Amino acid sequence: MPKRSNVDLQQTIPMIALTINGSPRTFERPLNCAELIGELDLTGKRIAMERNGEIVPRSQFSHCILQDGDHLEIVVAVGGG
Amino acid sequence: MKSNENLDPLVIGGKSYSSRLLIGTGKYKDFAETKAAVEASGAQIVTVAIRRTNIGQNPGEPNLLDAIPPSKYTLLPNTAGCYTADDAVRTLRLARELLDGHDLVKLEVLGDPKTLYPNVVETIAAAKTLVKDGFKVMVYTSDDPIIAKQLEEIGCVAVMPLASLIGSGMGILNPWNLQIIIESAKVPVIVDAGVGTASDAAIAMELGCDAVLMNTAVAAAKNPVLMATAMCKAVEAGRAAFLAGRMPKKLYSASPSSPTGGMIGKS
Repeated sequence: MPKRSNVDLQQTIPMIALTINGSPRTFERPLNCAELIGELDLTGKRIAMERNGEIVPRSQFSHCILQDGDHLEIVVAVGGG
Repeated sequence: MKSNENLDPLVIGGKSYSSRLLIGTGKYKDFAETKAAVEASGAQIVTVAIRRTNIGQNPGEPNLLDAIPPSKYTLLPNTAGCYTADDAVRTLRLARELLDGHDLVKLEVLGDPKTLYPNVVETIAAAKTLVKDGFKVMVYTSDDPIIAKQLEEIGCVAVMPLASLIGSGMGILNPWNLQIIIESAKVPVIVDAGVGTASDAAIAMELGCDAVLMNTAVAAAKNPVLMATAMCKAVEAGRAAFLAGRMPKKLYSASPSSPTGGMIGKS
């Protein structure tokens, strides 16, 4: 099997870069919100998500395809006054 | 449950509550202590904060909502830590999604991290947006009667002036301003912040406040669960005293409590 150049790699394996809760994360393939939640081990957890300043309803998680450069906030309830 | 509790409900945003003590869930040593203190307080409305989740750093981390289930309590998500109207609105939209459309919220927009004094300009801006967006807004504010009135006119379902600075435990610094706010308000007035001990809560209720919201006074007590019990009693006692109507203050009284006649040894 011939060795592929970096250019080929970039073409065949699209990476997407997201900013999640202020930290950069890259994923090897495009994914939707539900898949992201799975990647982050948050499936079944009570969370809420904002994408680029807009709420993503939980019912829309599997329909919402994340784009390169998206800024996500994922929150939970914690103790507070 | 005492028989008079349901005859004197606290009504916020169309919903009745028998407890007039609202309690926060911050600063406890663990969720077990949070749960025990909340239970001891008898509170039905319990505040929570909204924060970024850890993303894989700490899997299996316990969840506050397991200790304080939304099925048992009315959760009141807050905007603690927000310094702009925009951040506060975003936080509460996330909270509404997190809590399945729950629309009762505590708005607080702070002015600076040293005093945590409310920024009323940003608070008013956020309140307008949130009310328009269908939220039932309980709003933390200064003890300025004009601002409190404006927040009510915007459509907030409760105004919550401070007694003194958040977490200070300094008690009620300006009962006169609170009294002016109470006299003119048509929505519940809830003292939020500054209560240090049970007598502070009782004084707030005797002034005619509809309820008291606190966190640090309970969480930072040496025995939080016992203090939660004390606060429950103080709020009930203060409310009862307010409804009963206190006797007028006199420098001295010419009418002793015991009969003046029938004394022994008199001819």
